[in-house]
Amino acid sequence: MTNDTKLRGWTGDRAPAGWGLGDGQAIPWEYAPAPESRDVVTIKDRYGLFIDGKEVQAADGGVFSTVNPATEEVIAEVAKATPADVDRAIRAARRAQKTRWGSLPGRERAKYLFRIARLLQERSREFAVLETMDSGKPIKESRDVDVPLAAAHFWYYAGWADKLEYAFPGRNARPLGVAAQVIPWNFPLLMLSWKIAPALAAGNTVVLKPASTTPLSALLFAEVCRQADLPPGVVNIVPGPSDIGMHLVSHPGVDKVAFTGSTAVGKLISRAVAGTDKGLTLELGGKAANIVFEDAALDQAVEGIVNGIYFNQGEVCCAGSRLLVQESIADTITEKLKDRLGTIRVGDPLDKNTDVGAINSRAQLEKITELVAAGVAEGAEMYQPACDLPDRGYFFRPTLFTNVAQSHRIAKEEIFGPVLSVLTFRTPDEAVEKANNTPYGLSAGVWTEKGSRILWMVRKMRAGVVWANTFNRFDPTSPFGGYKESGFGREGGMHGLHAYVRLEDR
Amino acid sequence: MATPRSRSKSVVPSRAKAPVAVEADRIEVRKTYKLYIGGAFPRSESGRSYVVAAADGSPLANANRASRKDLRDAVRAARKAFPGWADRTAMNRGQVLYRVAELMEGRRDQFADEVRQAEGMTVARAREITLRAIDRWVWYAGWADKIAQVLGASNPVAADYFNFTIPEATGVVGLVASETSSLLGLVSRLAPPLVTGNAVVVLASEITLTEVLATSDVPAGVVNVLTGRKGELVPVLAAHVDVDAIDVWGVPDDLRTDTELAAADSVKRIARRPRGITDARFDWLDDRASERPEWIAAYLEMKTVWHPIGV
Repeated sequence: MTNDTKLRGWTGDRAPAGWGLGDGQAIPWEYAPAPESRDVVTIKDRYGLFIDGKEVQAADGGVFSTVNPATEEVIAEVAKATPADVDRAIRAARRAQKTRWGSLPGRERAKYLFRIARLLQERSREFAVLETMDSGKPIKESRDVDVPLAAAHFWYYAGWADKLEYAFPGRNARPLGVAAQVIPWNFPLLMLSWKIAPALAAGNTVVLKPASTTPLSALLFAEVCRQADLPPGVVNIVPGPSDIGMHLVSHPGVDKVAFTGSTAVGKLISRAVAGTDKGLTLELGGKAANIVFEDAALDQAVEGIVNGIYFNQGEVCCAGSRLLVQESIADTITEKLKDRLGTIRVGDPLDKNTDVGAINSRAQLEKITELVAAGVAEGAEMYQPACDLPDRGYFFRPTLFTNVAQSHRIAKEEIFGPVLSVLTFRTPDEAVEKANNTPYGLSAGVWTEKGSRILWMVRKMRAGVVWANTFNRFDPTSPFGGYKESGFGREGGMHGLHAYVRLEDR
Repeated sequence: MATPRSRSKSVVPSRAKAPVAVEADRIEVRKTYKLYIGGAFPRSESGRSYVVAAADGSPLANANRASRKDLRDAVRAARKAFPGWADRTAMNRGQVLYRVAELMEGRRDQFADEVRQAEGMTVARAREITLRAIDRWVWYAGWADKIAQVLGASNPVAADYFNFTIPEATGVVGLVASETSSLLGLVSRLAPPLVTGNAVVVLASEITLTEVLATSDVPAGVVNVLTGRKGELVPVLAAHVDVDAIDVWGVPDDLRTDTELAAADSVKRIARRPRGITDARFDWLDDRASERPEWIAAYLEMKTVWHPIGV
């Protein structure tokens, strides 16, 4: 036990030792509710598809419901795109690319993107509330992370639209044409911006399919496109189930496919593209190692570990789901983590004090539940803080497993939930060996106060993003993407443009 | 090339200098063309061989017909060699590639003679192709310690973090070499993955280059070359989960879709010919077309690193 732990007293957010509550127990007082107002956003009963600048109903009139995962209540009905609608959207995108967008000077394209960035900023609270209601993520995250970063992405790529010749020295960058984009439900608006902003900046038009559980922010974004007077057909949005996504990426009328989602679906999409001339970028799953050395700043590391796995309910492809702790500090870290878990507030995503919101869907909750049960069955020790969960909605307690072996399913499979597996190591070599012992390679974390060791670990770890003494940071200027089965291609930064251009000799 | 045909038709100056009478009486030492795996020249474990035909259809030499087991051995050798090669300093890899050019220069007449026979062309053109292949090694060698500065970045994130992006080699690359350009086409596609630290398994018909590689400073296993039937080997290469990327340049059109389907199952990076370009029509002598940093970038992973700034 470290000196720090011995002297632990009341610091304002922990139960004092003298109260006899034990480590990691919930704080015995209630926070006053601090709900964000829903009035800021007008939610329609029914949303259409966005094709050729217009809101239209599905060809067969079909709809599906989107549910608030925190209440299990239907928020709205959304038009369910059919293959015929996708075909129409692709034709509209092609027409717009050929007749207007592709030939529009870069500096004019840029101004549309700047407009969109500004509109996202101006309507940020609307987007944040809608995103939280549709996805279950805490309002403080949609408000402080998702929406500002989405706006920043458009802002960043707006400035590239008229500077492509400087991004690719010696070559002329030409648009590919029509981009088919399929995005997941964990960061609906942010993933939309990662996809659409670079595509448009480079002169492509897009047909985007949002996830079927989180279509609303994309459809509110359609409204922003109209507000910005974006030419019809430049952005088309076709909500629907996964087979609509497959129809979209398989369509001979698209030139480029971009997908973010699971590795299993990524392989199917890769198969759909096989033998064609379509460009492809994939941002797939992960099972990141977050490595803590004994010389790390432990309290900072604990915050980083918590942020790494419980941010967005752990529904993050780059989540630090495997904690690798140097053996000498394993007990200390575990104790501190358990203590910290007791202060995490799980509940109403619209409450401004909530740290962990609702799991996105019943299906995802079942998957998490199943994997956690497997962890217990395989012999790992489970810890969950004693916190109350709401009566309705899809909630899951922040969960920590100790005594985890590399062979356990919870250490190998992507859980996509608030579940942390703690493993230990003795030497840096062993840490690297364990960190890389996965088919994934999206991200990694390393915590140590020794600079040369950070850089050595950075070199050894086969991962596309390495956070050193931090975790889960994102920025539009910073390329993001995976090694190995976590996909290929980068989103963000100058590298993000590469996926959307064809290079010609000058 | 050690065949009666090449002897009788040889017009390469160095050979022409040999006294004719002596050569006519002498029984030639013929060479067996074997595989190149892990720095050694084994026969195929399958015990099979096939006849390599010259451009005019006449038999040129016997070569080993690699099996799927040979291919798996080659991938294992490449995986083993990859970390050491990738960890070399960039400058060192540049020098190693340059050394390949040095060694080829010394055997350029032999290369030119072989190219002429294999591809069927004039002596002058075979010589031009050979010299260009040597120069191409030099061009790519120079990229070793520059590509990171062109493709890497320091990223001005909107918070107090130092953030940078560096390229790293992808890993093990499967390379299906050009059908039509046995030397220059191969060198033009082999040098790009090699220069950044990838290890390569090549399906090709070119043999003599391996002799140069074996006596160069390219570490054993970094380049492995198999001869054989593409229909038999390409599907195995594409499906092998320990191959990280595949160059499908030389994959015949009728195999291409199946090859990419197999590659999809392990999320392989796929390097294709540029849109609308066929192997037969591509002009390998066009420096602008075949000296491309993009071909190097096809086998690079971008790694982004974050660290907070503070006291």
